[in-house]
Amino acid sequence: MSKYEIRLSGSGGQGMLLSGIILAEAAIYEGKNAIQSQSYGPEARGGASKSEVIISEDEIDFPKVRSCDILLSLTQKSYNEYSPGLRKDGILILDNSVEYKESNTKIYSVPIIDTAINEIGKHFVTNIVALGALVSLTNIVSKNALEQAVLNRVPKGTEELNKKALYMGFKIGEDALKRN
Amino acid sequence: MKNKELLMQGNEACVEGALVAGMRFFAGYPITPSTEIAELSSEKLPLVGGKFIQMEDEIASMAATIGASLTGLKSMTATSGPGFSLKQENIGYAAIAEVPCVIVDVQRGGPSTGLPTSPSQGDIMQSKWGTHGDHPIIVVAPASVRETFDLTIKAFNFSETYRTPVIILLDEVIGHMREKIELPDISKIDIVNRKKPLVNKEDYLPFKADEDLVPPMADYGEGYRFHVTGLVHDETGFPSNNPDVSDKLIRRLDAKIEKNKDKIVEWEEKNTNDAEIIILSIGCVSRASNAAMKIMRNKGIKVGTFRPITVWPFPEKRLEELSQKVKAIIVAEMNLGQMALEVERISKCMTRIEKVNKVNGEIITPDEIIAKIKEVL
Amino acid sequence: MPSAIVNEYFRTKKLPQIWCPGCGHGIITRAITVALDKSNLNRDKICIVSGIGCSSRATGYLDFDTLHTTHGRAIAFATGIKLAKPELTVIVITGDGDCTAIGGNHLIHACRRNIDITAIVFNNNIYGMTGGQYSPTTPKYDKGTTAPYGNIDKSFDIPGLAAAAGATYVARATAYHANLLISLIQKGINNKGFSLIEAISDCPTYYGRKNKKGDAVDMLEWQKKYAINVTAASKMPPESLKGKFIIGEFKNTTEPEYTDEYQKIIDNIGKE
Repeated sequence: MSKYEIRLSGSGGQGMLLSGIILAEAAIYEGKNAIQSQSYGPEARGGASKSEVIISEDEIDFPKVRSCDILLSLTQKSYNEYSPGLRKDGILILDNSVEYKESNTKIYSVPIIDTAINEIGKHFVTNIVALGALVSLTNIVSKNALEQAVLNRVPKGTEELNKKALYMGFKIGEDALKRN
Repeated sequence: MKNKELLMQGNEACVEGALVAGMRFFAGYPITPSTEIAELSSEKLPLVGGKFIQMEDEIASMAATIGASLTGLKSMTATSGPGFSLKQENIGYAAIAEVPCVIVDVQRGGPSTGLPTSPSQGDIMQSKWGTHGDHPIIVVAPASVRETFDLTIKAFNFSETYRTPVIILLDEVIGHMREKIELPDISKIDIVNRKKPLVNKEDYLPFKADEDLVPPMADYGEGYRFHVTGLVHDETGFPSNNPDVSDKLIRRLDAKIEKNKDKIVEWEEKNTNDAEIIILSIGCVSRASNAAMKIMRNKGIKVGTFRPITVWPFPEKRLEELSQKVKAIIVAEMNLGQMALEVERISKCMTRIEKVNKVNGEIITPDEIIAKIKEVL
Repeated sequence: MPSAIVNEYFRTKKLPQIWCPGCGHGIITRAITVALDKSNLNRDKICIVSGIGCSSRATGYLDFDTLHTTHGRAIAFATGIKLAKPELTVIVITGDGDCTAIGGNHLIHACRRNIDITAIVFNNNIYGMTGGQYSPTTPKYDKGTTAPYGNIDKSFDIPGLAAAAGATYVARATAYHANLLISLIQKGINNKGFSLIEAISDCPTYYGRKNKKGDAVDMLEWQKKYAINVTAASKMPPESLKGKFIIGEFKNTTEPEYTDEYQKIIDNIGKE
């Protein structure tokens, strides 16, 4: 596939903006085109918040998601709001706290928040765990490129912690693949 | 050597471009969705010995920007919607006093506080007519992050060349999105600096224009001891009520842009050679237009796109030519038809003008444009 | 024949000025040039900025780099000039309406920043250029063309406002007390920080006529009679100050100056 339209959604404060930036940057490292945008405003503080990424081999004209190929939702609210926009043959990646309706869509329910809080002990790496899971489930960018982008964008001094979060994310993604 | 490819935000590219152009002063006031421009300027300007100040309001930011430019520093301010309205008073001052400066307006939904975090293109007419009186203006509208970088440099160059305020009309989508950008070789970029007086200090007439209709400009503090006013003034810079002086000044200000239009006006057209329908749009909407065009071309429908890069002066000549050969022009804009007015004026009923307008705070989509194309067919 | 000071510092070809006969603004404008003359500054490094109104027309007559800006905005323009080129001595000429009504916000923030600008407020208690409307310094119950039944607004204490907002040099004199005014302006220019000098002027044409204050001489006599020097006032019982106004130096302190502070940021980045 030459073009992916991705929505990363959750609640304000879960770092969806940064994960969108990292994902877009990873795509650029691989020589692809990428555009990242996000919704701003009150909903960025506690409501459903989303970051959009489009990755393509070709030039990207329209910068917003038109038909979503991959949706990541970390909260019930964001799942409820954005799942109707997901393509019928799209991929849905959910935190396992989210209740969902069965559908023909490929659904992966993975313990993203639980891994960040209980396995790593830092809620602020939730977005990195999520990215790891998303990439191991979809292969939209290589794990190497993603790691490079994570290390480039996270605050100095938190590299090791984020790397650990990323690897845990890869692992829970792989586990989910095996289960499906 | 290939330059490094970066993921950069539109507002960020604006600041990077400004620094390359030689910006050394920025005065601003926080307002969404332009704030990143002020934030980045505050961080980067001191690194190059430049100055940043957060003023008490938008009016003061525009005033300080003009004041700094009069000392010789290339100066910029940035704002959105309500702030752009407030700046109009002193944009007029910069126009009549011929003080080079760059104003960035990252458009958001209006009127008034409107939709602070949503995109709009509602300031197209305000960017030309926002301040009172007849006055020249140059307005550029970038459609990508890279173009934001390039046009910011151009905006500074225009402002220095023509001693005029130049407005960069961004929109929330372009200002906030991040995309891949490969920066050009900076050593190869043309940077223009204002023309300095060549006469003796005693003989300097601060508003006596050269043949290009632009007067050379001294800096404050160089010993020229000249007067600058927002009143109508003669070549000496002092106020005058003489009708001839007023007429001459206002017409020269207008002519210095009008007569140089060919050097200023810029646009982009795609697939217009055989096009039966042209979609005309600026900024973020032009990206929807290009996507719509590709979809329609795949279906064998002859669609082209036309994008004014300078919104003012408008690419009139070329649009007039195109109007004579296409079946319809669809003007897609995130307002109720501001640019369509200009297109209707230029096309002089030679073609059908259709409009796609959206004012709900969301970008016009390719599907909405396609629906209009199907209607026209 | 113009005096030596006028010949030296005024654009004599632009004279006569537009002010009405008896207006105090000429005395105050001359006081500024005398203070500048005494300050021994490089003439080419002085920039005088004004807003809109009767007093703000002064910049047109003064032979320096001069900027006649928009209404109320002189201090904001001056802030840009000073920050961009700190080696300039920046003087602001403004009026009571220009400075404390439409430009009030710029005034208090310049005070707060303590940016090295000297603002001289020509206070004639009225909007003169537009024909005599009441201003923020029109005394309560006095009349203006927009206060035909008397002004019910309380008037501003400009030095008090500036001092409270953080100006480091604050003073007041009158057109009548021209020598005092010269020395206060000179001290204001020497102060490294924001200085505000209120110069009480007289407007016989509008304020005077509207409020039956007599002619220009009567109004200057009033300034002489009712002004009390700040030192003398401090020794007087409050009841004897009723109806009087205080002139002299109200505040003279030293605090970090804005453009110096900014330069420190630039210099420290280099060191890191």
